[in-house]
Amino acid sequence: MNQRILVILPHPDDEAFGASGTLAKYIHNGAQVTYACLTLGEMGRNMGFPPFANRVTLPEFRKKELEEACEAIGIQDVRMLGFHDKTIEFEDPQLLDGRIDDLLEELNPSLVITFYPGHAVHPDHDATGAAVIRTIGRLPKDRRPVVHCIAFANNHEQVIGKADIINDVKDFMTQKMAAIGAHRSQFQAAELVGSKKLKDKEIAERFGTERFWTYKFDS
Amino acid sequence: MQLIIQEEVQRKIDELKDQALYIHMEMTTGAYAAHFDTSKHPAANFITNAQIRYSHGSIAGVGPYRVGLKMENGWVYTEGLTHWEETETERLLLAGHDLQGKLVVCLQLSRKPF
Repeated sequence: MNQRILVILPHPDDEAFGASGTLAKYIHNGAQVTYACLTLGEMGRNMGFPPFANRVTLPEFRKKELEEACEAIGIQDVRMLGFHDKTIEFEDPQLLDGRIDDLLEELNPSLVITFYPGHAVHPDHDATGAAVIRTIGRLPKDRRPVVHCIAFANNHEQVIGKADIINDVKDFMTQKMAAIGAHRSQFQAAELVGSKKLKDKEIAERFGTERFWTYKFDS
Repeated sequence: MQLIIQEEVQRKIDELKDQALYIHMEMTTGAYAAHFDTSKHPAANFITNAQIRYSHGSIAGVGPYRVGLKMENGWVYTEGLTHWEETETERLLLAGHDLQGKLVVCLQLSRKPF
């Protein structure tokens, strides 16, 4: 049976660095992936360089970038849930959890990928992870999907230990770099890879491994 | 967006005075400020679609620019503006970007909600 995967992240581009290689690999092996992206990242600071977007037009640019990134990865189903950037932690938990619960009910995924609450730096990341964990935690134990979390806060390993899922995605660098590159308003080449063009080997070393923490529910 | 042309922005500020407007104002260091540099203090605010009306407003400085709008009971003030959107005919969109092109500050006025 093909694996069904649900990815729940708050911003277009959250998938690109941390999970795009893994998703491309799973999809290559037959997985069906739904990506629920909570916001359009409409409060992002990057507008392109020089700025081609502005505060008003940014959401429309980012929507297109997200679609292009998902196509590059091979994601079959993209859902934009329409929450507002920077507000996830203030959103009505019933509404937020309800939307996540609906997706779990509809898709019945065997694996969910999200951010590790408290270890993902951006308040929207932490709040998204917390909502996913909260909602899945309410399901009976035997109906809970496995949850793989992305963590990258400073010192996160001191608290949650080392990642238990280490995915070698070096064979999927084409998809991953295309996904990162699709978010052209957000990632300026100079910031990302320095001024020189990276060789394939350097790209593979830098981006070829993706790490996840399997969430351990208390009860 | 384009680099601010002071006279054009001033003309737009004059066009929009003495009427009910929606304002979007924002300032941010970015949510990752302290993640990349622990000496940084991450801070941000924004307010969207509050209504204001000003009787007098101007753009000052030699770039980055400042804008002050005088309201009946107070002021709107913004410093650090570098860019405007020249294709906007009805609205005034102003932003300040740092040397990496990241938005730091933003001031927008419109007769309709954003």
